[in-house]
Amino acid sequence: MSFEEIQAQLEEAVPGAVVEAVTEPSKDPYLVVSKDRLVEVCKALRQDAGLGFDLLVSITAVDYLPTFGKKKNAKPKEGEDWGPGHFEAVYHFLSTVLNERIVLKVRIPKGEGEPIFPTISGIYPAADWHEREAYDLMGFGFEGHPDLRRILCDDDWVGHPLRKDYVFPKEFKGISAE
Amino acid sequence: MTVLAFLSNGTVELQGASGATGILKGLAAYGFWGYLLAALVGFALLFGIASALPILFTWAERRVSGRMQQRWGPNRVGPFGLIQALADGIKLMFKEDIIPAQADKFLFMVAPGIVLAGMVSAFALVPLSDSAVIVDTSLGLYLIAALLSLEVIGVIMAGWASNNKWSLFGAMREAAQMVSYEIPFGLCILLAVVSYGSLSLREMSLAQAGGFLNVGNWLIFHNPFFALPAAVVFFIAALANTKRAPFDLPEAESELVSGFHTEYSGFRFSFFFLEEYASMFVISAILVSMFLGGWNLPFVPGSAVTGSFGGELLAVFTMLLKSFVLVFVMIWIRWTLPRIRIDQVMSLCYKYLTPIAFACLIGTCWWELAA
Amino acid sequence: MTTGGRIQEHQEHSASGEREFVLDVRTQDMEINMGPQHPSTHGVLKVVIRADGEILTKATPHMGYIHRCAEKIAENVNYDQFVPYTDRYDYLAAMNNNLGYALVVEKAADLEVAPRATWIRMIVAELNRIGSHLIAFGTYGMDIGAFTPFLYGFREREWMMSLFEKLCGARLTYSFVFPGGLANDVPPGWFDELKRFCDVFEKKWVEYDKLLTRNKIFIERTKNVGVIPAGMALDYGLTGPCLRGSGVRYDLRESQPYLFYDQVSFDVPVGIGEMGTQGDCWDRYYVRMIEMLQSVRILRQCIERCEKDTTPGEIKGNRKKTLRVPVTEAYAGVENPRGELGHYLVGDGSDHPYRLKVRGPSFCNLSVLQELLPGTMIADAVAIIGSIDIVLGEVDR
Repeated sequence: MSFEEIQAQLEEAVPGAVVEAVTEPSKDPYLVVSKDRLVEVCKALRQDAGLGFDLLVSITAVDYLPTFGKKKNAKPKEGEDWGPGHFEAVYHFLSTVLNERIVLKVRIPKGEGEPIFPTISGIYPAADWHEREAYDLMGFGFEGHPDLRRILCDDDWVGHPLRKDYVFPKEFKGISAE
Repeated sequence: MTVLAFLSNGTVELQGASGATGILKGLAAYGFWGYLLAALVGFALLFGIASALPILFTWAERRVSGRMQQRWGPNRVGPFGLIQALADGIKLMFKEDIIPAQADKFLFMVAPGIVLAGMVSAFALVPLSDSAVIVDTSLGLYLIAALLSLEVIGVIMAGWASNNKWSLFGAMREAAQMVSYEIPFGLCILLAVVSYGSLSLREMSLAQAGGFLNVGNWLIFHNPFFALPAAVVFFIAALANTKRAPFDLPEAESELVSGFHTEYSGFRFSFFFLEEYASMFVISAILVSMFLGGWNLPFVPGSAVTGSFGGELLAVFTMLLKSFVLVFVMIWIRWTLPRIRIDQVMSLCYKYLTPIAFACLIGTCWWELAA
Repeated sequence: MTTGGRIQEHQEHSASGEREFVLDVRTQDMEINMGPQHPSTHGVLKVVIRADGEILTKATPHMGYIHRCAEKIAENVNYDQFVPYTDRYDYLAAMNNNLGYALVVEKAADLEVAPRATWIRMIVAELNRIGSHLIAFGTYGMDIGAFTPFLYGFREREWMMSLFEKLCGARLTYSFVFPGGLANDVPPGWFDELKRFCDVFEKKWVEYDKLLTRNKIFIERTKNVGVIPAGMALDYGLTGPCLRGSGVRYDLRESQPYLFYDQVSFDVPVGIGEMGTQGDCWDRYYVRMIEMLQSVRILRQCIERCEKDTTPGEIKGNRKKTLRVPVTEAYAGVENPRGELGHYLVGDGSDHPYRLKVRGPSFCNLSVLQELLPGTMIADAVAIIGSIDIVLGEVDR
């Protein structure tokens, strides 16, 4: 089953959820899904559309700055707006039945407060820890997650290390880090 | 404990005029101070044996396990690393004796002593030959069983007093395991008692002399259908009683860190250590005395190993050799088998060993009546 | 409450939703920290367990004790500099980690690799799989209480490590497979020694099988313990031997072949519940055992093809000295000894990653623990953690 076929089936099962399908310049084509429809899409992926994407491989949190992909020290030209950048949650799924992979993306533009995504841990229990990791390292919120705590960093760690604006701490509990 | 056992000599009948017993008995003739001296000499002798054998066994265990695991084992201190265990002992003696702040200090300090005292006292009751026995009472086996089960009290005290949850787990496992395995253990002892009509290990050994090739009267050959399985049951129960693998649950390293002696260090820890290896020997010696002919050798008539000094020496050597073989088997088993789970330990005891031991006991009663 | 002398038991749920027993004889659950300094949590894993006697009622894994945030480090070093960091997440299978990272960079930057380098990559990956499974086998024996298999396993692992030492100078953290190729070609005579290793290993494998696999006590300890049904395995994103032990035949080498895995023949073992239930600890253990033999089989074919088809020294690909990845993103998974090691790379045209996500198989495999442990005994908990075979370096990254 090709990427287009999966996309077609998904669009049939959850109409209007897929915002766009991107094949360039990414090496793996992906579907951008609207934040509010993500849970429905995941349900369809797993159960309804006969696709059988039964394994959630990973959830990746990415922080895109407006300068992403631009030359070093480049500035926006006159009249050009690069926007504030965006946060992205990348979901990799695998179907052991079809032996296929699919990548979903959910984007939240910056500047609208903390990024809050819907949780899919009800559909894929594996998402539990992946979402906790995304919360811990990137500060993503997951609405409806049963136990959203830090998972890798200390419980009293300040900040989310993978954010591009993360400031490295000068000391940790009195121990100098310089 | 030892002193008590010796003081009680006045009330139990002493046998054997030669050897250590004779000298001690002679000393006892000099009144209170004689008794005291006899007790001290006896204690020194006992403690010497009881700590020398474990040192030998720890060395043997490490060398044997090294062989089994394609490595060397200790080979630097002394010839073949023989003095390694001694060096370890000295190191343990000089280590800091740590008592956890939240521990019950008194019980914590006393527990290793209780564990070791029971074991050392049991040594006094094990006959190595007709006269090389420190205390020979007509209740020998009964006393040994009682002294061996003292250990569990010390272990529970140690586990509880440490104020450590893993230690507590270890102590509870030990209690469950020991109390359960006392049953087949005791039944097998009863079987031997029924066969010989005596509780004295010395008399058991004497009774096993003679017969076909001088092995015919060994209990396992004399009564092969019931005594042989009983000997196997006794050996398994002995493994459990000494906390040897596959029954090393009370100190299961991969589960309970170190079980009941997690918090112990230095010399107090070495008490538990000595006890484990000493009990291996005591239990093997009992098994040999009850089932495997005691000090009797094949082809050598029983009269040759009693009475004369040379014969007695041969008897001691035979007894030690047989016990060491059993100790070797224990070591072998430890480095081969995985550990059993606690519920399997219990079901093995109650579903298999106890019924088998019962059947053997009843069978032996019938066998002895029929014979 | 008491009927016929029997102790009645009923469950109540406290406000926090935790299970509490109300018994005629009152018992209290005990909360214990298993780890981070515990002999059989395979590193610095901490599992907070609630135990009702010997039986666990709740288990919460805590990790992160050796969290180094490798993903953040990746954003601050260039592509080649990150290779040594990959050694350090699953330190028992450093070659496979190197390979996984190299593949994702190659995919993103469109690099080509010489055939000889590809064959050698397969050889080192399979050899390291054997080494890693030997540790899994040995430590599993130790968890169950048998000490000797551990040293048996280390005997062959020692040889494997000295082979790697001859190849690249390192015994644990190799940094041998680089994006675009290899650090160096194999030294002369290396393949011959590897062939000898294969021959000896197959004989020794029979020894392991006799010592542990068919041991009655071992079987009693592992059968029907920690059963992961296929559905649960997929739910929690398990991969590798844990997934195959549950009967799902999914091996990246077979299903989505990378390198030249489509040119060699091998079997993918799955758990069939030979001793008890499908997906129990014994099945997971045995899948690893069989995989070692299959790795030997692959090794033999790779050596043969490598010697026949390629000439020594031809390991250079088309990469330039300075590696830059254009604005793109790529995901590449490889079959590590513990499951699918996935790397997701976002490149921004510079010489260092914009974002690198590492999907560690141990991390996902471990998450099934909280579902699996309640209701088992403490001894079983140790057996289950051992059978999942985690490396904490990878869980924490």
